[in-house]
Amino acid sequence: MEVIYLLILLLVGAGLTYFSVDKAASRVALLISTVAFGYSLYLVSLHYGGQLPENIHFDWISKPSIGFDLRLDGLALLMLVLTTTLLPLIVASGIETKFANAKSLYALVLLMAFAMCGTFVASNGLLYYIFWEVALIPIYFIALIWGSGDAEERKKQVVKFFIYTFAGSLFMLVGFVYLYGKAGSLLLTDLYKLELSYDEQLLVFGGFFLAYAIKIPLIPFHTWQANVYQKAPAMGTMLLSGIMLKMGLYSVIRWQIPISPDASKELMPYLVWIGIAGVIYGSIVALRQRDVKKLLAYSSLAHVGLIAAGFYGLTADGITSGIIQMFGHGLVVVGVFFAVEVIERRYQTRAISELGGIRAQAVKFASAFLIVTLASVALPGTVNFVGEFGLLFSLSTQNVWFSVIGGLTIVLGAYYMLKMYQQVMLGEANKKPFADLSVTESLIFGALAAVIFFFGIYPQPINDLIAPAVNEIIAQISTN
Amino acid sequence: MDLSIILLLLLAPLGGFLINTFLGKQLGKGASGAIGTLAIVISFVCTLLLFLGLEPGADTKADLFHWLTFQNFSVDFSFQFDQLSLLWLLFVTGIGSLIHLYSISYMHHDKDFYKFFSYLNLFVFFMIVLVSGSNLPILFIGWEGVGLCSYLLIGFWYSNQAYNDAAKKAFIMNRVGDLGLLIGIFILATVAGTLDYQGLETFFQTKGSLVDSTWLAVAALCLFIGACGKSAQLPLYTWLPDAMAGPTPVSALIHAATMVTAGIFMVTRLHFLFDLVPAIQNVIAVVGVSTALFAATIGLAQNDIKKVLAYSTVSQLGLMFLALGVGAYEVAVFHVITHAFFKACLFLGAGSVIHANSDEQDMRKMGGLRKVMPITFITMLISSLAIAGIFPLSGFWSKDEILLEAFHYSIPFWAVASLASILTAFYMFRLMFLTFFGEFRGTEHAKSHLHESPALMTIPLVILATLAAVGGLISIPGSSWLMHFLEPLLHTDGAPEHHALDQTAYILMAVASVGALVGIFIAYRKYISNKEVPGEDSEVTGFTKVLAEKYYVDELYDSVFVKPINLLARFFRDVVETALGSLVYGFGKAAAEISNQGRKVHNGSIGLYLFVFVIGFCLIVSYLFLAQ
Repeated sequence: MEVIYLLILLLVGAGLTYFSVDKAASRVALLISTVAFGYSLYLVSLHYGGQLPENIHFDWISKPSIGFDLRLDGLALLMLVLTTTLLPLIVASGIETKFANAKSLYALVLLMAFAMCGTFVASNGLLYYIFWEVALIPIYFIALIWGSGDAEERKKQVVKFFIYTFAGSLFMLVGFVYLYGKAGSLLLTDLYKLELSYDEQLLVFGGFFLAYAIKIPLIPFHTWQANVYQKAPAMGTMLLSGIMLKMGLYSVIRWQIPISPDASKELMPYLVWIGIAGVIYGSIVALRQRDVKKLLAYSSLAHVGLIAAGFYGLTADGITSGIIQMFGHGLVVVGVFFAVEVIERRYQTRAISELGGIRAQAVKFASAFLIVTLASVALPGTVNFVGEFGLLFSLSTQNVWFSVIGGLTIVLGAYYMLKMYQQVMLGEANKKPFADLSVTESLIFGALAAVIFFFGIYPQPINDLIAPAVNEIIAQISTN
Repeated sequence: MDLSIILLLLLAPLGGFLINTFLGKQLGKGASGAIGTLAIVISFVCTLLLFLGLEPGADTKADLFHWLTFQNFSVDFSFQFDQLSLLWLLFVTGIGSLIHLYSISYMHHDKDFYKFFSYLNLFVFFMIVLVSGSNLPILFIGWEGVGLCSYLLIGFWYSNQAYNDAAKKAFIMNRVGDLGLLIGIFILATVAGTLDYQGLETFFQTKGSLVDSTWLAVAALCLFIGACGKSAQLPLYTWLPDAMAGPTPVSALIHAATMVTAGIFMVTRLHFLFDLVPAIQNVIAVVGVSTALFAATIGLAQNDIKKVLAYSTVSQLGLMFLALGVGAYEVAVFHVITHAFFKACLFLGAGSVIHANSDEQDMRKMGGLRKVMPITFITMLISSLAIAGIFPLSGFWSKDEILLEAFHYSIPFWAVASLASILTAFYMFRLMFLTFFGEFRGTEHAKSHLHESPALMTIPLVILATLAAVGGLISIPGSSWLMHFLEPLLHTDGAPEHHALDQTAYILMAVASVGALVGIFIAYRKYISNKEVPGEDSEVTGFTKVLAEKYYVDELYDSVFVKPINLLARFFRDVVETALGSLVYGFGKAAAEISNQGRKVHNGSIGLYLFVFVIGFCLIVSYLFLAQ
């Protein structure tokens, strides 16, 4: 039952925010998202105490028989914690910016959080699909209305993004319709029990793959990403990169691989190479970007490529580390995009050629930006190292070349990130004044850094939380 | 092991870092420098306590908590303070303390004084983690951590983009090595199911022969690539000379005495693995001896006093790898220690010279400084004699043992290493003569400012010079304390025949000493008797030019790696991205076009609808008819 309250809180919170006033909207949203964060920690404590029922069922549609099914195991719980940890920070990141029609903006942010949480906990295919698609609507409006740059160009990119991801998702829906025909149910556990032939699995796998490959995104399905990240307001970019793309990655291990294990096993090397190709391609494209946000978008493409490679590698270590890396990536990517927002607030530009010489004026910001930059290149001590080390290790157990080529990320990543940091932050003091971090901004960076370092040094709680879910996935792969 | 001492040893530098980072500015320079130095002194005292309390056979491990979990192995956050760790810790924290002390004076005018001390403290913290971790992932934390501090300190004067370039280059090049190290770690984890040093040693002693030797060789090679990055060996050495952009105390501590020896530490730590793969040992020896000669030749033609010392460091590290390659781990460790003494002294001396000489680093604009800076001169002279291998200074003993081991392994290796040593003697005395002898060649303004450095700087110089002189005592032939001390770890009991002084050993010693004297003598003829001064950069021609330009290796790497990858990046950005974007857009356009054509059919004309209906009906009927 408890998890329902979290969903209700976010949904009602979105309503409350919408009916508040523009001046107070950000604070209302911050209050609600902070309560949601606290509540998800309460859920974790219940989970550890064994008091949290894993499965929840309400009757919903009788014909076809679709229930309102939720499942809150350790993996789903971790995704909720990630979402609700980032949410207050994302909301707080906007507090110092004046938005037109702010109440609608913050209401949409909370609505999106609601839909994403729903996606993570839904255990019935149709319900999951609905949450999945609902999450797309708020970000569409956020990017379209509050985005930056030329309105026409923005509209073109955002509409393209919407149609592209939506079209991809339809293939997943087709997959579910097919599965319903086979199983007479869309309950996750029923689908896990389904014994499909290899060809049938291939069809289902393919349908899901299009949806996820576009959402994550994997190359060559990534063309919407950099443009939308660039056009969307900072909050939108953070929601997209910090949480929404995790919906795709999460679905790979929750829905796609366990339902079509034989197809996954057969396609394993190709899928891993696609992920690794993304790592290399994203890293190289990032080297020569003119806009910081676009650079970071490609960097994100590289990072998620490695996570996908770890998942599709089908090892317990790879899946565990990939989950840890999802968590780490969420924190870091919000951190780096927030750093860009901090710069843009003061200089009204993100063009690398116009930046530089900030370090000389803003020591605190320089340190904060450096910390998230280093976490992004997975320096030991950060949770990102734990994830990346495990991912590369797991790949090496499948094929050493996976980890040699994929491991180039530690060289290329350092190259483009440090180059960016040098161009943006270092050098002779910039002639334009740059005010150092405000209290709110410091708190946001401080919170991110604290979580990044804590789990970098002590990742055991995450391991413990997700171990049963990982074992279930591995069992599903090996029994079929 | 006493856990509270261990924690104090580890956390004092971290505490110093945190205090200086968050409160440094408020504290003021005096307190900031004092806290930074005190933090390292505390670690040094703790190390001494552990060192004195070390009992043979006692458990040296301290488990803190569980860190990483995998299916077949797990990694603890744990440390071990055995002979090897303690040896390294002694000179890391000992020399570290001296260099912190020196920096209080050296960095006094810098506006980011407290930042300097916070970074320096952080560096020592990571160095302690590196050498005292009890497994490879903990070593890797330290390994990348010192790399980070190196990055921060090379680029300490961040207003200068050339310095930032050097910092970035160091970090990236190290990461190339780190990838090798990681792959090596992965293979070991897969093969042995543990990454703990003790676990690995037990595994290789009992089951090492059962493992596919190719994998062992690949693992060892990958680990060695990591060592090449950190310890600046061919082909990954080019970052170290550039790293001289950092403040001179940094060059002394990080880029001469401590961090760059991490590769030697790691190979020594894993000696049980390298002993199993002679082919890779041979590779190490070849790389080491080649680097020793290669870097020494470049050192001949450098005019920046710090660059000479940097290439000298690369060259000396090469000699240490030669020793590792021939399996003489304790000899490599010996040279690491003596080198730390004399090279730290040389760098700090160079810093003292630069400080006195209005920040001028070009030796062509120095000269005659021995009269103004007698302490700097004497201490540097002792260290130069030590590095040249003059009896009875420390470098004589350690270098001599390397040459002796090399001789027993392969005479060509010995010959090349000896040549490198002669060159070393030459370029070191070229440096000494150009800097301290003859007439001052700088500006009048600089001349009026010349002065001996204050006591905070000269005291560390004197201590280090003393150690450079007598440090060889820890391992003199016949009664090597060092070898006995390391014996429980390295099991060197089978090797003492090299240490008994036979006739060959005496002859080799004589040859090496004569070689060193010849090197010094040539430098004397050139720069004292003939009063030569190296010409302007534009006047240099021929092979000297090639040496001065460092064999154009930077240019080579630039055109082979950096430029192509940037070209590729542009191609991806401008061509591939655009093409993929249009492809997706094309799908959308195509869909729109199809529906557009379809729309034309729905034009409201009843006649057309009926016509299509009839044709369709006929087609269906005929199909059903035919199907029967």
